Amino acid sequence: MSPDNIEPILRVQGLRAAIDGSQVVDGVDFDVPATGITALLGRNGVGKTSTIKSIIGLITRTGGTIELAGERIEKVPTHKIIQRGVGYVPEDREVFSALSVAENLKLAERDEHPNRQLVDELFPDLVKRAHQAAGSLSGGQQQMVSLARALLNNNKLLLVDEPTKGLAPKIVQEVAQALAIAAQSVPILLVEQNLAVVRQLAAGAIILSGGKVVHRTESAADFLNDEALTQRFLGVQSEGAVEQSAETTSGGML
Amino acid sequence: MSTLILLLITGVGLGALYFLVASGLSLIYGLMGVLNFAHGAFLTLGAFVSWEMSRRIGEGTWLTFIITLVIGAAVGGVFAALTEFALIRPLYNRHIEQVLVTVGLSLAAVAIFEGVWGTDPQYTKGPEWFTRTTDVLGAQVPNDRFVTIIVAALVLLGVVLFLKKTRYGMIIRAGVENRSMVTALGIDVRKAFTLVFTIGGAAAGIGGVLASHYFGYVSPALGGSLLIFAFIVTVIGGLGSLAGAAIASVVVGVLQQITNFYWGVGDFVVIVLLAVVLLTKPTGLMGKTA
Repeated sequence: MSPDNIEPILRVQGLRAAIDGSQVVDGVDFDVPATGITALLGRNGVGKTSTIKSIIGLITRTGGTIELAGERIEKVPTHKIIQRGVGYVPEDREVFSALSVAENLKLAERDEHPNRQLVDELFPDLVKRAHQAAGSLSGGQQQMVSLARALLNNNKLLLVDEPTKGLAPKIVQEVAQALAIAAQSVPILLVEQNLAVVRQLAAGAIILSGGKVVHRTESAADFLNDEALTQRFLGVQSEGAVEQSAETTSGGML
Repeated sequence: MSTLILLLITGVGLGALYFLVASGLSLIYGLMGVLNFAHGAFLTLGAFVSWEMSRRIGEGTWLTFIITLVIGAAVGGVFAALTEFALIRPLYNRHIEQVLVTVGLSLAAVAIFEGVWGTDPQYTKGPEWFTRTTDVLGAQVPNDRFVTIIVAALVLLGVVLFLKKTRYGMIIRAGVENRSMVTALGIDVRKAFTLVFTIGGAAAGIGGVLASHYFGYVSPALGGSLLIFAFIVTVIGGLGSLAGAAIASVVVGVLQQITNFYWGVGDFVVIVLLAVVLLTKPTGLMGKTA
């Protein structure tokens, strides 16, 4: 089914948000289709993470509307938005370091029958390390915990913020594979700096600059192949992105 | 030698009282970022209501003492829960206002206690066994010190088991580390706020009953005088760390007793210890980095 034929799972209109009085999201409008992965791109500091956080109310929203599956949520507190079916994978993982892996996952379980099987299959390493303190895991393993917390529940939408940041290439591919599998059953809004991963995973893309949406595309690949656009909005050469993509995917699993 | 043993045991007893106050302070700050200046009022009210009850049901028996411990915990817990619900919750995420409202409550509470029970100390009477001593390696240790230490140890054990074995305990441990991420997992962290206030208030209420036997009286200023050292203990132990609060309580209590006895400088030494910890390890003995 084409994304055009169905209602978007998330509709953001005129979203504004501030941190300590400073406007970090300044009238953002975009839709996230109900299937596949949509990338949220932009240079450092343009408000990608702030946009994600303001969608779920982790930073103060100062205006605009947000609809999740047709229901307005801009005044709903964070925990209730999550309970309505949003999985959040934060930048820098934010696992509870003093809690064990099992406790991190247990805490995240919202459903009566959490999707343990999927998580165990995707991240067998976590099963072995269930009783280890999450703070003692490697960065890649912590990212697995962070992803697993979101994948345990049946969500309407996943918000995934820079899941490959700081990870070794092999782990990047494992994360990308997990996201690809997850995307078969749940739409994902993905903030990602690794353009090879974006090319691999994303259908459409939304590009931010200065806290606003400056470009939308239904084909992330076309956008990344357009040198003028990538140079203008991301500050990178599209050839570089293509080379990086080829290099990473050739050694990866996808 | 016997003097030193006596000082050690009474110091641990004093530390046990500090811990009963500091454990709540530390958990509340760790989870909510609120420095609760009203915590002493929970202790004082628990002590006064228990003293009133013991007069009515008959002082001087073990049964009365145990009942007053339960009453102290209940009064402290309910007062703390109401404080969180009525005063702290409406100021959610406004930490300075939250601290100010606890300062105001602590001052108002002392004035109310003075109005109800007067400014003079009200003397308590525990089971007769409390007034006797037990020989420990030649030191004659007052028995109520042992009771204080044992009850505080049981409270510590209970709180640790709660934090380790229950879902709410898990939420509190996770929330102390990263409150917003707990919310971002779909958990209403405000319920945990009320719970830590209740647990902290109950521990303080028990501390109030024990302090009234340790010092032999209840007065409106009882909570405030213990609160100062409990704050110091909380900072030395590391804000948010229960284990840190337990260790620092014993260290501060023992150090204070020994230096007070030999040189009369117990309070000064504790302040110096606080300064040394803040200069060398500002996060406290077991605190997380800010």
